[in-house]
Amino acid sequence: MLGEKDSFAKSLCWNCHSEVGGEYFCDRCIKIQPAPSQFDYFQRFGLPRHLTIDLQDLERRFHELSRKFHPDFFQRGSDQEKAISLENSALLNTAYRTLRDPILRVGYLICLEEGAVKDIPAKAPPDLLEEILELQETLEEYKQVGETASKKRTDLRKVLLAEQERIGSKEMVFEKELFSLFEEWDRMQDQRLLEKDGQQAHRRSLLQRMKDLLSARTYLRTVLQDMNEGLREHHP
Amino acid sequence: MSTIVGIDLGTTNSLVAYMDGKEPKVIADREGRTLVPSVISVDDQSWIVGEQARQRLITHPKTTVYSVKRLMGKGLADVGEECKYFPVFLSEKQPGVIQVEMGKYRLTPPELSALILKEVKQRAEEFLGSAVTQAVVTVPAYFNDSQRQATKDAGRIAGLDVLRIVNEPTAACLAYGLQKKKQGVIAVYDLGGGTFDISILKVKEGIFEVLSTNGNTHLGGDDLDQRLMEWVLREIEQEFGLDLQKNAESIQQIRLEVEKAKRRLSGEDLTEIVIPIKTGAVYRRPLKRVELESLVNDLIDLTIGPCRQALGDAHLSPQDIDEVVLVGGSTRMPLVRRTVQEIFHQEPHCEINPDEVVALGAAVQADILAGGIQNMLLLDVTPLSLGIETMGGGMSVLIPRNSTLPTNAKELFTTFADGQRSVDIHVYQGERELVKDNRSLSKFQFRDLDPLPAGMPRIEVNFTIDANGILQVGAKDLRSGKEQSVEVKPSYGLSDEDVTRMIEESFTFAKSDMDARSLIEARNEAATILRHTERALKQGEPLIEPEERNRIQEQITALKKAMEGDNHRLIREWIDQLDKATIHLAERLMDSTLQIGLKDKKLSELP
Repeated sequence: MLGEKDSFAKSLCWNCHSEVGGEYFCDRCIKIQPAPSQFDYFQRFGLPRHLTIDLQDLERRFHELSRKFHPDFFQRGSDQEKAISLENSALLNTAYRTLRDPILRVGYLICLEEGAVKDIPAKAPPDLLEEILELQETLEEYKQVGETASKKRTDLRKVLLAEQERIGSKEMVFEKELFSLFEEWDRMQDQRLLEKDGQQAHRRSLLQRMKDLLSARTYLRTVLQDMNEGLREHHP
Repeated sequence: MSTIVGIDLGTTNSLVAYMDGKEPKVIADREGRTLVPSVISVDDQSWIVGEQARQRLITHPKTTVYSVKRLMGKGLADVGEECKYFPVFLSEKQPGVIQVEMGKYRLTPPELSALILKEVKQRAEEFLGSAVTQAVVTVPAYFNDSQRQATKDAGRIAGLDVLRIVNEPTAACLAYGLQKKKQGVIAVYDLGGGTFDISILKVKEGIFEVLSTNGNTHLGGDDLDQRLMEWVLREIEQEFGLDLQKNAESIQQIRLEVEKAKRRLSGEDLTEIVIPIKTGAVYRRPLKRVELESLVNDLIDLTIGPCRQALGDAHLSPQDIDEVVLVGGSTRMPLVRRTVQEIFHQEPHCEINPDEVVALGAAVQADILAGGIQNMLLLDVTPLSLGIETMGGGMSVLIPRNSTLPTNAKELFTTFADGQRSVDIHVYQGERELVKDNRSLSKFQFRDLDPLPAGMPRIEVNFTIDANGILQVGAKDLRSGKEQSVEVKPSYGLSDEDVTRMIEESFTFAKSDMDARSLIEARNEAATILRHTERALKQGEPLIEPEERNRIQEQITALKKAMEGDNHRLIREWIDQLDKATIHLAERLMDSTLQIGLKDKKLSELP
């Protein structure tokens, strides 16, 4: 996985057929080139595969690349140039949307590292499973009692609101813990160059921890969303 | 190179602007009017668009249509209440495509919008003195794919290459950015004739990045008018015992009167609605601004939710907004301004005319595309999430709302049965969990797959939303690496073949329009020559032989007969004949006048 950039086969310019030296434009005829398909979102911005990202720097890079690729600037170009600019621009925008959000960023990184294409599934954290099941029963019960005010309804609502707060703070805890691993990951990425023994195991365990935290957080979010809807729709 | 114009195709009015050096300018007509009322009328001869059509709203309600924009990209089921008082009859051309019945014509909304586009195109051509073939056209930010596609179709039918569809609030922001050098986080509140949009942008060093957008495509000045009109109708019924609901002329008359009253109340606290009723009676009603406000307050409140949603989507609170800009005629209402102020905790701005600012911005975008302005770039977003139907009718989002455009998503598809030769994908737009609650966009069918066991084919589908906010779909067979053929069935709107046919028909229309104009001109000319000839004949009768007189009389009869027909060429033919037949008479008359003129003059006085 090291030195990915060097291992890319040099491609030929679609226009003048010379070897493309520059990243996105042919050195010789200055025509726009499709971004190498192997490029991941980090590489698109010329960034290392780090989880901590300076958002202002990312925005600056995004604007700079947008000025290079945006279809507005290829309006009078050939169909080929238009198509390339559209594709490059679309990928750049998707990459930016993913990287600027820490949650989407870490999810993307895990998929990238593990070679999986699909999203990380939401999974209930084992120690909260029982509580959440109970909570969902309460929510159902609350929906059943109907719109009319009653003591039972008020009580259920009180329970649910308290639970909502509890789950919400739990979610925050997961999120914080997840973010605290970002630095650890970045440090390890930097040290990887030394290829110490045991790195692979550490790397795998770190990825697994982040993945578990992310799954749990996503799960709690869905639960919270259900609760929000339930409480809103059945509010007298 | 010919100029790329910017067109604001509005619900109530349309405008065209161009870049005059470094300044965008709106093009006015000979009378100095910049607004072209988005009204279309037809008489038995030709199409009438703009101010003249607007004047026919009351006199010819059954063949005059307004607010066509509200029908764009919609099916009949989508327009209920809002078109309740439409004087023209609406039907469906095919499921998902409305057609408007005007006299003997049946036109779809894109064809009607094309007539407006042609009118503004012609205005621009007259002003610029050259052909206009390319344009940037604006749409409400909250327009979905079908509505955008319908607008693009309208351009094609009008003979305009629509280089870009731009969102109205963002266009307005471009104009402000260029002319007022605005920077920072800007909220654009756009309440027009038929639609409401809110867009939040970050403007930094020439980059106009839309952070989020929201809106309501069924909310605008028209709805306020309707509210006020229903109130007046009820009052008239109580006062005079007259139910005017079914009377198209009265409905239009009342609609126009209340609209004027509403406008006056933006500047005054009190006005009077005066409506003469056919029975000879007159409905008079003083109306206070506060009364109007309490009548429409709930409608204006409908803009609050989308503003909050847009703020939330941009992860901002009202304090983060540096400036609020107002766009659209309805933002002249003090109630609207107060509401905006409540939402954003600050006084909104409107230094540029809210009717013109969108067209000006469209001209700016046109100049960017032409390569004129190079340091400005607009990065807009898609207003609605795009997704596909999953098993059980769920919506699987591929591209979330507020994604910067262009954007794309790739998805792998395969088959469920052995030997399956095609795969269907149904694409939706919207924010709900189930596809049935969202808007169906199109069905795509990927055909001619190699017969393989179930699950073996690997079709990679690339969903791209381009900078216009319009979906493009491409597919590749990953096994063979070949492009996969796709058949597109739009759920709303016209097929490509429909549009091509309409372009052809519009040429025929153009021809019949021209024929109609030629006929009018020929008849006018014939009337003039007849008047002259008959007078000459009276004066010159003693100067010519009866034989000659009879010949001229015959020609006159022939020309009069030709005038009754509608062949302008035939009329011209007889005008020429009559012209020739009267040459001798004219000469004799000239001679005699000369003699009469000379009779009383001395030789020395002659020139």
